[in-house]
Amino acid sequence: MTTEAKPIPGLTPVEGMAPRPKVPFVTGQILRSAIWESFRKLDPRVQIRNPVMFVVFVGSILTTIIGIGAALGEITSEGSPGFILAVAVWLWLTVLFANFAEAVAEGRGKAQAATLRSMRRHVHAKKLFSNKKSEYHTVESGALRKGDVVLVETGDVIPADGEIIEGVASVNESAVTGESAPVLREAGGDFSSVTGGTRVLSDWILVRVTAREGEGFLDRMIAMVEGAKRGRTPNEIALSILLAMMTLVFLLATATLAPFSKFAVEAAGQGSVVTMTILIALLVCLIPTTIGALLSAIGIAGMDRMVRANVIATSGRAIEAAGDVDVLLLDKTGTITLGDRQASAFIPAPGVTEQELADVAQLASLADETPEGRSIMVLAKQKFQLRGRDLAATPHAFHKFTAQTRMSGVDIEGRRLRKGAADAVRKFIEEQGGSWPSKVSEAVDTVARAGSTPLVVAEGRRALGVVELRDIVKGGIRERFAELRQMGIKTIMVTGDNRLTAAAIAAEAGVDDFLAEATPEAKLELIRKNQAEGRLVAMCGDGTNDAPALAQADVAVAMNTGTQAAKEAGNMVDLDSNPTKLIEVVDVGKQMLVTRGALTTFSIANDVSKYFAIIPAAFAATYPALDALNVMQLATPQSAIMSAVIFNAIVIPALVPLALRGVKTRAASAAQLLRRNLLIYGLGGIVLPFIGIKGIDMLLSAVGAA
Amino acid sequence: MNALGVVQILLFIAVLVALVKPLGTFMARVYDGERTFLSPVLEPIERGIYRLAGVRPSAESNWKRYALALLLFNFIGFVVVYLLQRLQGVLPLNPQGFAAVSPDSSFNTAVSFASNTNWQGYGGEATMSYLTQMLGLAVQNFVSAASGMAVLVAVIRGFARRRASEIGNFYVDLTRGTLYILLPLSLLLAVILMSQGVVQTFSAYNSVDLVEPVTISTPVKDAAGAPVLDATGNAVTKSEQVTQQTIPLGPAASQIAIKQLGTNGGGFFNVNSAHPFENPTPLANFLELLAILLIPAALCYTFGRMIGDTRQGWAILVAMLVIFVPLTFAGYAAEQSGNPRLEALVDQNASATQSGGNMEGKEVRFGIANSALWASATTAASNGSVNAMHDSFTPLGGLVPLWLMQLGEVVFGGIGSGLYGMLMYAVVAVFIGGLMVGRTPEYLGKKIEAYEVKMASIVILVPPLIVLVGTAIASVTPVAVSSVANPGVHGFSEILYAFSSAGNNNGSAFGGLSANTPFYNIALGIAMWASRYWLMIPVLALAGSLAAKKATAVTAGTLPTHTPLFITLLVGVVLMVGALTFVPALALGPIVEHLQMIAAGP
Repeated sequence: MTTEAKPIPGLTPVEGMAPRPKVPFVTGQILRSAIWESFRKLDPRVQIRNPVMFVVFVGSILTTIIGIGAALGEITSEGSPGFILAVAVWLWLTVLFANFAEAVAEGRGKAQAATLRSMRRHVHAKKLFSNKKSEYHTVESGALRKGDVVLVETGDVIPADGEIIEGVASVNESAVTGESAPVLREAGGDFSSVTGGTRVLSDWILVRVTAREGEGFLDRMIAMVEGAKRGRTPNEIALSILLAMMTLVFLLATATLAPFSKFAVEAAGQGSVVTMTILIALLVCLIPTTIGALLSAIGIAGMDRMVRANVIATSGRAIEAAGDVDVLLLDKTGTITLGDRQASAFIPAPGVTEQELADVAQLASLADETPEGRSIMVLAKQKFQLRGRDLAATPHAFHKFTAQTRMSGVDIEGRRLRKGAADAVRKFIEEQGGSWPSKVSEAVDTVARAGSTPLVVAEGRRALGVVELRDIVKGGIRERFAELRQMGIKTIMVTGDNRLTAAAIAAEAGVDDFLAEATPEAKLELIRKNQAEGRLVAMCGDGTNDAPALAQADVAVAMNTGTQAAKEAGNMVDLDSNPTKLIEVVDVGKQMLVTRGALTTFSIANDVSKYFAIIPAAFAATYPALDALNVMQLATPQSAIMSAVIFNAIVIPALVPLALRGVKTRAASAAQLLRRNLLIYGLGGIVLPFIGIKGIDMLLSAVGAA
Repeated sequence: MNALGVVQILLFIAVLVALVKPLGTFMARVYDGERTFLSPVLEPIERGIYRLAGVRPSAESNWKRYALALLLFNFIGFVVVYLLQRLQGVLPLNPQGFAAVSPDSSFNTAVSFASNTNWQGYGGEATMSYLTQMLGLAVQNFVSAASGMAVLVAVIRGFARRRASEIGNFYVDLTRGTLYILLPLSLLLAVILMSQGVVQTFSAYNSVDLVEPVTISTPVKDAAGAPVLDATGNAVTKSEQVTQQTIPLGPAASQIAIKQLGTNGGGFFNVNSAHPFENPTPLANFLELLAILLIPAALCYTFGRMIGDTRQGWAILVAMLVIFVPLTFAGYAAEQSGNPRLEALVDQNASATQSGGNMEGKEVRFGIANSALWASATTAASNGSVNAMHDSFTPLGGLVPLWLMQLGEVVFGGIGSGLYGMLMYAVVAVFIGGLMVGRTPEYLGKKIEAYEVKMASIVILVPPLIVLVGTAIASVTPVAVSSVANPGVHGFSEILYAFSSAGNNNGSAFGGLSANTPFYNIALGIAMWASRYWLMIPVLALAGSLAAKKATAVTAGTLPTHTPLFITLLVGVVLMVGALTFVPALALGPIVEHLQMIAAGP
């Protein structure tokens, strides 16, 4: 199974089709439009979607009304209008900051979408009305329906997503992948799908449309980054429920303070009942506004990170599931090893010199255009300065590799030179009455056991020896697997190789397990078995025969170069068609959850300090003894309440970058991660606001606002 | 604190922990339907009960039917107790000839005993006939406790089972819990208590001659019963010499054993385990204390065994102890340090001849350490029996039992209900912790999703809702405020304590609040009713949802839930929820009372 579409050498990127530009983290433009959006989002219909922030919204309205009433002298029981209005202003700012966080996240998505949209244009499509490629109407791409067949010729933009039914062409896909090297697309096989908006650089193809305009790939990508179709993920829903419940409890804890305070005033015979303004301020400080304000930004940012990694997910749910993956099924070729095997040694049979073997191997490979064949030529040249010969002068017949013969070679001057799989070559020799030297069998076994592929070279009825083709394990992959193991993710290498070869490479690459001689059925079986044991399985694939396994896997990344069937079966598409991407996908999924968990913990931990600020301030007039709880020594009750409210508000924009970038996940076990995050966001969340509130109080005192 | 007190508390905890594994194993065998050493005797009885009741023991049900059976059974129990009180005047076994209990008090008591709260607005020896005590209250002491354990076992099965729709048979769980666990243990404890002098008799109350006759003055009344006034308008009194005292008796030992073991706490006598016939000796005190926490602690091990990983059970038990032990010592320290305002008047230092500290409201035969330990144990577990007057504790000494109840009765808690409450906290802790390690949270192999979070949140949030709203209503309702004996800060604590007790199904009383009024009987009755059954239903729903899930595999990426780190997280969540919800109320009650006490000086 090949996994990478090979760039076509010799074709340079075409002028005027720049790769998809990367959008910078945040631009001035994004910030400016986000500020405008923050005000637009004050619409109650928008606010009610987020229960935590809706409470703040209502609190802001109430304090504003009370403040105005106090300023007009209509309400006298609530204290000075200046203080009430100051609280109201900061409550409004809290709401605006939350809107702003969401708007910035959306703004980044929109900027991405805008560049994508500029790629998409209405083009004229050559729609066939018979099955001859010369008979077509020119129609608008928007008029195409699923199942229509269009002709795309050199220089044409492919009008819609589809599958090639005839022809072969090189295609510039930089519009979607950002990769400028053109790729080869042909009918049949694993490279038959094309994406709307990409351009054919040479030749022609007939494409059957599989998605109408507005439902294609680019559209899905745009919808995703804009957040338009972003359904809330299961964990996000669960967290929202928890946050709403906590908001309810804090609402009760503060609302019941009014009667408690009334009882206290009567009991103590001094002070006055706690004001509505103070209760609202306390409530807003206690409810989890930090996470409530940043929750949707975190979700949007997660999607955004996926798009930046050039992966399109069909839903946020799929990204979240990626964080839960227990088992990664990785194809050997292209993921664990470099795509091609390289000839690394000639092992001659008894009575044959190494040079003789190299010479015949080179001759037999002359017509072999595969990278393996070329690597034999290269090795022969390196070792024995054997140059490729021109056979034009000599009568010769090439034998191409076929699945039946599993050999290739050449007949020249009566010599029948062959190279191929050991059992095939053995059959070839024995059919001619030749004998099979046991030393060759031994060499074949030795090579296979080392994880390499043995090719036997024969001349007529004589076995000359073995060529070793080595798999080259990608640099750094072993370390990556070790990290995954630490995170509790098991890696399984999937390969069509025999067990011996597979075991050797598995050991070299450091995967946990391997599936040798893999068939699509065996792969599907392996996934089912792991799922039955309660594991979540991720895999990537591209071929049509991968589709059942992709459909069965919990997280399935289809290569963009793959077939339409594979893409439909998967729940993510990797535009770079890089199978190693699976590991990044897992990272993004985890990061999204960790960020939410960390900010929730931080938000709740913050409340401790706010009680210490507000409780003494609210009840000091009734019970002066409570001033002992004013551990921060805040200047006045008013400045204490203001400081808590201000801290609560400004922590939201301060954490926007963290929400967008995500909390750093690292290769560590769950226990290590929890300890780290509890220390930083739990303990840190308790301590930090004490410092922050005290600091703000000192500032307020310094400017005389206390 | 002194060494003797510290040693007594530590010894108590050591004995408790030592009994966890044997009893926990036994209970797991009972609920798994295995044979135990009691089977030869009890199995025929068990089979007989099923045949009589028409129960097919092998037929299990889904969570909805399980919940329905439980609610119906409990409702019938409530009706029976109500009717027994209302009709006790015409029923037998009423040697003192007590009249029918008032409707509101009967309602309150019936809810109280059916819901395993055992809040007592009445005084036992002056209100209830022997029949009511035995057939009504004692029976509920058993079955309300067994109901709590049944719900717990259903939740455990939810964790243990994979892709199942059934969570057990309520009637079997109820029968086995009562027959194999509660009855044998109660029998054993009752016999030992009787050896210590706890009464167990059907005789009428005794009259004895006083060693020192007492003279009292009583108002003179005329023929119509109106007080006779003298010329100046003052009531005419006459001196009377009292030579006899009435000694209340009854079948107490049998009821006290189950009241302690079943986290019921409803005393046979009004002053509960401070009464010499209810708790006569230090040994009786130790055993009754042990009985409070015994089953709740051992159930942690039962839980671990039934889900096939005892480390999980120990982790929960350790989390409970991590909260319980420091709070116990805090309460003890507060009581032993006494009241600074009395320093000039009273010697509060401990010495060879006196226990020192704050001895007001405490029995001399128990002293400060055992009173503080009892106060913590009885409120950590939702027992509610007392051996000292909590109202007389120092502000901080009173804050400890108050806050232990407000933590939602999950530190040991009610038998069964405490652990299932704690498991709900574990679900929330796992949820937050799971997010922080970047995986969909899972607990014991079950994914914790929106539905589980919703149910667990309801369970955690309903009791504070009841406590806070109840207290708020009472603190601004004149008829409720007038029941308060000590107006001022302490009065607020008394109201808060009453609703904290009822709203968490504890049943202990602070004292100082005349709660046998229609307002409190009805308000607290509703609080007890709501917090017991509104929690059981979401808990069972959660059990059903968990049972239906498949189990996920454990990897290095799974959040381990048996480590010190997770215990810390769990304790943190319990304390944070308890603190964030109740700090404002506590600040206006015991905290300000304490600050005033230390601020003003002598």
